[in-house]
Amino acid sequence: MSGKGFRRSVTQALANPTISDALGRFSEAYPVSRAQAYEGIDIEQLRDLVAERKGYAALHLDELAEQFTRAAQSRGVTVYRANSAQEARRYVLDLCRERGVRRLVKSKSMATEEIHLNGYLEAAGITCTETDLGEWIIQLCGQRPSHMVMPAIHLTKEQVADIFSKEVDERLSSDIPRLVAVARERLRGAFLEADLGITGANVAIAQTGTLAILSNEGNARLVATLPPIHVAIVGLEKLVATPQDLVPIVRSLPRSATGQLLTSYLSLISGPAQNVDGAPKELHVVLMDNHRSDLAADPVFRQALQCIRCASCLNVCPVFRLVGGHVFGDVYTGGIGTILTAWFDELQKSSDIQGLCIQCGKCNEVCPARIDIAGLIVHLRQRLAEREGLALLQRVAFSVVNDRRTFHRMLRTAAVAQKPLARNGFVRHLPLFLTSVTGERSLPAIVERPLRDVMPALAQPEAAEKAFIFAGCLIDFGYPGMGESMVRVLNRAGIEVAFPDGQTCCGAPARLSGALDVAANNAVDNLRALADPQVRYVVSACPTCTVSLQDDFEAVLTAQGRQEWLEPARELASRVVDFSTLVRRLVEAGRLRLRPGRSLGPITYHDSCHYRRTLHAEQNPRALLQGGGYQLTEMAESDVCCGMGGSYLLKHPQVSGRILRRKLDNIRATGAPLVATDCPGCVLQLRGGLDKTGEPVQVRHTVELLEELLE
Amino acid sequence: MWKEFRARALQAGAEVERVAGRAEALDVIERVLAAEGVCDAPGREAVWAPCPFLQGLDAETVLERLPGLRFDVTLARAAGALVGISQADWGIADTGTLAQDCGAVAQRLVSTLPGTHLALLEADRLVPDLATYLSVQPPTGADYLGLITGPSRTADIERVLTIGVHGPRRLVVVVVDGLTPNPSPLPAESRRRA
Repeated sequence: MSGKGFRRSVTQALANPTISDALGRFSEAYPVSRAQAYEGIDIEQLRDLVAERKGYAALHLDELAEQFTRAAQSRGVTVYRANSAQEARRYVLDLCRERGVRRLVKSKSMATEEIHLNGYLEAAGITCTETDLGEWIIQLCGQRPSHMVMPAIHLTKEQVADIFSKEVDERLSSDIPRLVAVARERLRGAFLEADLGITGANVAIAQTGTLAILSNEGNARLVATLPPIHVAIVGLEKLVATPQDLVPIVRSLPRSATGQLLTSYLSLISGPAQNVDGAPKELHVVLMDNHRSDLAADPVFRQALQCIRCASCLNVCPVFRLVGGHVFGDVYTGGIGTILTAWFDELQKSSDIQGLCIQCGKCNEVCPARIDIAGLIVHLRQRLAEREGLALLQRVAFSVVNDRRTFHRMLRTAAVAQKPLARNGFVRHLPLFLTSVTGERSLPAIVERPLRDVMPALAQPEAAEKAFIFAGCLIDFGYPGMGESMVRVLNRAGIEVAFPDGQTCCGAPARLSGALDVAANNAVDNLRALADPQVRYVVSACPTCTVSLQDDFEAVLTAQGRQEWLEPARELASRVVDFSTLVRRLVEAGRLRLRPGRSLGPITYHDSCHYRRTLHAEQNPRALLQGGGYQLTEMAESDVCCGMGGSYLLKHPQVSGRILRRKLDNIRATGAPLVATDCPGCVLQLRGGLDKTGEPVQVRHTVELLEELLE
Repeated sequence: MWKEFRARALQAGAEVERVAGRAEALDVIERVLAAEGVCDAPGREAVWAPCPFLQGLDAETVLERLPGLRFDVTLARAAGALVGISQADWGIADTGTLAQDCGAVAQRLVSTLPGTHLALLEADRLVPDLATYLSVQPPTGADYLGLITGPSRTADIERVLTIGVHGPRRLVVVVVDGLTPNPSPLPAESRRRA
């Protein structure tokens, strides 16, 4: 599925209220139960430990696999190393044939989903029954799991009742306890009749040859106990070195997955335990590679092996909760699922899916193994772009951005061309295929006089201390007033501000789309323009630009092998500062003063993703706004993305619009007539949304408010 | 540790009772079996897997007192029983977990198949957390270590918590004082292994 077909599936998912209702409710409950579960635990320390122990294992996969094999074999376990999915499937089928297995039961295992084991065995005449309730529902209706932990979350109890009714040939009501009882009874029979049981494992301990299996229903315990043969299919990434390495994983996984301190059952299987007939069990462990070694050999992507499959990255994702895992993912779903799909299946398959990531970074904040999920998705984009090139539209767009003069000329032309569409500074409707972009929000009209034209006319007092303003495209060509405010505020602190004309796009759009060459050219253009070490500050009020200047220039130039620009990039980074952060510092240093004793009424604050999660500066504007006399009422989910996501708005306008709708609901619920934020992109999105609904709530960049707050 | 164990086990949906000794524990068992309707009839039995608690007790007397109770655990009997009884080796306080070497199949059958699982635990066999547990009962010493925290559960349909999917709907933990003369857990453990 690609292109149009994929977009259609996104549209369908958005139109399916069951998905967004179920996932929406869950995404509200999840942060609360997760926080409760981690109460009294130093979560950051625990994340470090998981990342460190799993990171060690990822670097020593082969060694640990050998150690595991020796330990398990010495206790009478048969261990098979399967290099590919095909080898793993073949091993199980051969075993089934040798032992005359006709029926088998399975507990939940992503590894078996990954290799499509059921279909393979069923084709050979072996009946496979999933015994995890969610997996069984999915199996009965012939779908695939939509969530790594809750496979059937996209189905209602009425739908489950229909599915079960067909299976047991009896009209069942949608009473959930009754449905669960039906499953218990039905599957009990399957357990008792099965010749073989298949499980996965959550952890495999190399030193002792132990498998750790967590489950809530108790089905894994029965799969491993009742049939005479037990086969565990274990991906190599489940290996850890010692039993003590199990501890941080077991502490994290249930807490992050379901908000439990521990699942109902944890089985530690180290040898062939006694079978029902009194004889030792026949126990096979299939240690499966299927590209995990390739992943381990890749220094950038290796960290993906640290994943413990808790699915918390799905649960906090503003996109996942709208479209679900049938669209956002394949066998493995959501952010990490996109990455695993690219490696375990094929890069091409992740091509459409990765485009759903809005790069808000919320997943990174909760990942118990500290995987840089959002960052790896950008790397995925780069590899896709390297291998397949960019889409035609992107290629055209970036060839424009690549050359500053062409780019800026085009923006000026657009300012003229948009005239018939623009009124009161907004574009409210776009024609033809672009209509969906203006469906949920109006767009700001491109101004006739960008900041670069306004700046020379601004009267500024001369001062010894100098700053450069880095406007970024949006402030330059959309909101030059924000730039003017910046200048006036800094003037009051005795800082003179200049606008180097050579500055251009910060390169983030190109970088985030995988066009590293364009991003590197943007970086070099900007380094040339901003290269004056006498100028103490390079100030930006766009967090995406600030992050680009501070961190990404160096990374992009390194990746593109442009060594000669690394030192200038580092020098620039040391002078870059976000506007609200600088103002707070100047206030603290007594160079600026907030007007005392004012009461300006309620305000709410929206956290821009990059501002909060990369710059970690979110307390600065809050302190300034409150110090200046506003009464801050925090909105729910203040740190969840507004749906802007740069060009995301153009790529998936409907998803962006739905995320925006939720954000506006949260703003409304505060009752505040004013919302502040520190990102011009968020301002664009929020103002556009409020303009569409015609609401009187005002959206202001903190920059625009600060001028009023200072003496 | 006892307080924490109790609070966590309750939080996980288990019932917890603490009793002074063997006789009192038998009283609780009698009460639970009666409440579950256990009697000497097919499909109404209880099964009790071998355990240290039973050592020194006269099996015949126990059977007489508790009609419907069986010590000979088979798959069919456990699958048809109303109540399963076993003894945990350790309790893990910070999660309210019972832990047991259940390499012997009877231990797994009685704690998984019947609708109610009654688990005995010596009061002085509590450890603070999983890390400590793994040091007193390392996986190298057993083919199958089973850790149980509350009854069997699912939330797979509309995320509604539902108790008793494949395992027990009810977990009764009976913590018994005064079972071992030596209250220090470590020597007790090594004694048992010896």
